[in-house]
Amino acid sequence: MDLLHHTMNVTLSTIQDVFPIVAIIFGFQWLVIRRPIHNIKRVIAGIVYVVIGLALFLVGLEEALFPLGEVMAKQLTDPAFIYGKAVEGLYTIHWQDYVWVYLFAATIGFSTTIAEPSLIAVAIKANEVSAGAVGVWGLRIAVAIGVAIGISLGTYRIVTGTPLHYYIITGYVFVVIQTIYTPKNIIALAYDSGGVTTSTVTVPLVTALGLGLSETVPGRSPLMDGFGLIAFASLFPIITVMGYAQLSHWRTLRSRSRLQAKGG
Amino acid sequence: MFGTSLRDLMPIILVIAFFQFLVLKQPIPNLGNLLVGTVFVVVGLSLFIRGLNMALFPLGETLAYDFARKGSVFWLLVFAFALGFGTTIAEPALIAVADKAAEVAAVGGMIVDEVTARQEYATGLRITVALSVGIAVVIGVLRILRGWPIQVVIITGYIAVMVMTIFAPKEIIGIAYDSGGVTTSTITVPLVTALGVGLASSIKGRNPMTDGFGLIALASLTPMIFVMAYGMFF
Repeated sequence: MDLLHHTMNVTLSTIQDVFPIVAIIFGFQWLVIRRPIHNIKRVIAGIVYVVIGLALFLVGLEEALFPLGEVMAKQLTDPAFIYGKAVEGLYTIHWQDYVWVYLFAATIGFSTTIAEPSLIAVAIKANEVSAGAVGVWGLRIAVAIGVAIGISLGTYRIVTGTPLHYYIITGYVFVVIQTIYTPKNIIALAYDSGGVTTSTVTVPLVTALGLGLSETVPGRSPLMDGFGLIAFASLFPIITVMGYAQLSHWRTLRSRSRLQAKGG
Repeated sequence: MFGTSLRDLMPIILVIAFFQFLVLKQPIPNLGNLLVGTVFVVVGLSLFIRGLNMALFPLGETLAYDFARKGSVFWLLVFAFALGFGTTIAEPALIAVADKAAEVAAVGGMIVDEVTARQEYATGLRITVALSVGIAVVIGVLRILRGWPIQVVIITGYIAVMVMTIFAPKEIIGIAYDSGGVTTSTITVPLVTALGVGLASSIKGRNPMTDGFGLIALASLTPMIFVMAYGMFF
């Protein structure tokens, strides 16, 4: 009964989210473009699918994964787990003690990104537009690796308390250098993959991890140090997607030159 | 149909099982809830992908074609702004971040620590971010029309972020950097992507691969600049 009630509520709030978008699109379609929408019945059915699908997805996450993920984030960052049960009073922090936290950050970042609906959407589109040159799975895995690196580096930053902007600006410099050497047609897609990684699945889990860490690591405050993981998760996929493009570009070049060598 | 979604979800299940059983060495609490929730997630994701191909992609594309045929740059830009602003202002993730930012500002002494002051600050921040996303989509659409290279636009944005970081109050930087990631929701991303790709393929001389993407990148960059500016002036 409770679940039903909750599902209704989430469906209503999803409709609220979708409403302004639908209003803007149909408003412009009728008032400015003044042409009927092609296949309107199918489009409306599709919007219903999107709303119900998203609502079920969110309810499922809230019922199952988020509570468990949050509890796990709390337990993994708990000093009692990290330093053993006999911790009392003062202790010094070593960043090496948090290895399980970094590993959890990386694996949870990777796996939630694989299930991220907006990334699936962009990957489908990119595959279609590139006539199959960009693989749906290739792109998703490249982005997921980026998020994994980003989030575990982000947790390392919270543990050590180093300033956020050093990392981000270094990342930017990296992106700029890579942009010079990456195949031109992948650049826009790579930049986009930064923004799509962080929506429904990743943000709540990652936020819980950041808050759990900054609450338990001595000298950190959740208010000042809890932020920044999302920024990491949106920067590193740009680097890995360009890396993936460079790698596959380089491999085609090599196999081509090998073929030529054989032929000559 | 559900098989694909189950496969998409498998890594999460494996990670949770690994840490729960082998690292934390604890049983799964509320196994029933977990199973029901997983079924919901799988069914929901499958329906969403279905609706994506039936509604969001075709809508974004036909709009792009229709605007290109109509040939009115003005209305296209008005639409771009409305889409960016309208989808961001109500975004739940943004509302959460804005409230958090108001808390930081109050603790940091940038505003008076009162409920009304906090609410005003949070609302102002939300409008700022929504404006910045609206402007981002306008710039992004202009870029597709004119064929400006994406890297020039984005790297200019990066430089702006770096410069702003020097001048912005320290407390706001973390929130500003995070706000870039939270603005693009699950419904906006497919729609905006289809719009960009549709525009680039219906305009002569544009390549959907090099010119069609990039709108999301801009929409996640401008909020960082605008939020830092907001932190400096309020």
